[in-house]
Amino acid sequence: MLGLSPDEVGILALSLRVALVSVIVSLPLAILVAYGLARFSFPGKTLVDAIVHLPLVLPPVVVGFALLVLFGKRGPIGSALDEWFGIVFAFRWTGAALASSIMGFPLMVRAIRLSLEAIDQRLEVAARTLGGSRSWVFASVTLPLALPGIVTGTLLSFARGLGEFGATITFVSNIPGETQTLPLAIYTFTQAPGGDAQALRLSVIAVVLSVVALAVSEWLTRRTARIQGDDRR
Amino acid sequence: MIDVDIEQQLGAFHLTARFAADAPIVGLFGRSGAGKTSVINAIAGIAKPLRGHIRINDVFLFDAARSIDLPPEQRRVGYVFQDALLFPHMDVESNLLYGQRLREPEDRVIDEARVIELLGLKPLLQRRPRTLSGGEKQRVAIGRALLAQPRILLMDEPLAALDIPRKSEILDYIERLRDELGIPIVYVSHSVAEISRLADIVVVLSDGKALAVGEVDEIMGRLDLRPATGRYEAGSLLETRVAAHDIADQLTRLSFEGGELVVPHLNAAIGERVRARIRARDVSLATERPTGISILNVLPGRVTAIDTATGPIVDVQLAIGSTPLGARITRRSLQQLGVHVGQDVYALVKAVSFDRRSVGYA
Repeated sequence: MLGLSPDEVGILALSLRVALVSVIVSLPLAILVAYGLARFSFPGKTLVDAIVHLPLVLPPVVVGFALLVLFGKRGPIGSALDEWFGIVFAFRWTGAALASSIMGFPLMVRAIRLSLEAIDQRLEVAARTLGGSRSWVFASVTLPLALPGIVTGTLLSFARGLGEFGATITFVSNIPGETQTLPLAIYTFTQAPGGDAQALRLSVIAVVLSVVALAVSEWLTRRTARIQGDDRR
Repeated sequence: MIDVDIEQQLGAFHLTARFAADAPIVGLFGRSGAGKTSVINAIAGIAKPLRGHIRINDVFLFDAARSIDLPPEQRRVGYVFQDALLFPHMDVESNLLYGQRLREPEDRVIDEARVIELLGLKPLLQRRPRTLSGGEKQRVAIGRALLAQPRILLMDEPLAALDIPRKSEILDYIERLRDELGIPIVYVSHSVAEISRLADIVVVLSDGKALAVGEVDEIMGRLDLRPATGRYEAGSLLETRVAAHDIADQLTRLSFEGGELVVPHLNAAIGERVRARIRARDVSLATERPTGISILNVLPGRVTAIDTATGPIVDVQLAIGSTPLGARITRRSLQQLGVHVGQDVYALVKAVSFDRRSVGYA
């Protein structure tokens, strides 16, 4: 396919799957957290804000290590999830997705929160007086108006997931076909004698992927602007 | 029938509003900061009073004693905001239908086609709010509130953001709504001209208190409310009927108990009721019928009261037949003419002092 070897296609597919699953799973939680931070004041708000932002400032290795301790086979959360739901993160691609989610989470929350804070809240009040319940107003007014932030946040987090390295390799190691995403594969080839050509090929793929992601982002931004009523028809 | 008796604390501002009114349009009048918006926010359920009750017809929207506090979406109170607040991500048609879709079909009494026709919204339906002018936005906002099938319509200074021609246009639309749909309206404004033209009953608010409630002509004529109603805009309201049109000169004659007024041409049928507002500062006095002047309205009357306040300007209350009329003259003129209570005088009013906002269909 496109002159790629089956191994390269596998690496690419795994990377995309990890990044995609990570944003899909974290998006609802990110919207909830952003809404809470944007609209309510509660005791411990500063702490929640700090925890959300922690992955942005910590070395990724530390995040990966924390995940290993908590979500590992014998970690308190990891063993419970395995026992009750049969969900295993350790040394699986799902673990790579979890690491991507957490590393991308602050970017997602920030973008959505900014968008929510920019909404004129009196629009929501107007919708209430027109007969909309709290939840309906959230779905029909708040969410559509926050769409630019949701799109931006999702794309940032997706891009961050594609590039995730430190937390992933620390948490789920570097297993070909299971946890070896694009950056991990490139790293592996650079470490092996004579692997430079392969590393270069994969790096080109990474560049192409980034350009495509940027183009999609540009297109989505324009589309949401139209939905927002920002076009001058 | 709207019955409000509430007490509310907003920071350092204490609001005590108590009034009941049964009229097509109730005017909530007061200067900015008097508490007008707080009152209608309480009616709409946006702000919660400390105690008291709010009732529309026989439905209690709020009653602290019985722990009734309907959420805004269940109150069926249409709210037209000063700056329209249309949803920017929907076209005009979706904005209009937002509230209607949320009401049960059997509650949909106000018909979509009717509202679109009444407010002239047909050409706007596919447009986006940001492409609309201020007047168009306000019309859509009124339509949107009406289609949510309200028991009552609250309008918070709906003309404040508009220029003068648009103001007069929206006023015409509001009068049509009142005449054709029969939904009671609470109209909030600090403008004497708007309140005088639209309202039947006026509630005067000042510093968070309802100072007076009454018929609009009585309230606007009261000298003791001048601090709240404003000196500059003070005037009288005359309930008149169209007596004749003078096509050649483009004038209209309005008859009222005690005389006739000549005003610039009005687009109204003979016999139609029209409310005319005359600002006290547009009325001059003469002790004899003047000749050789340009003023068309020379109304014989009698002095009934003279304002006792000191200062260079004096308010004189007249009766033209049985109709009260206020005049504002200087103290020097009062002394030179020797005006006193019980004296027969002539009130002079320039026909050109009537504009579109001071004459409206009642």
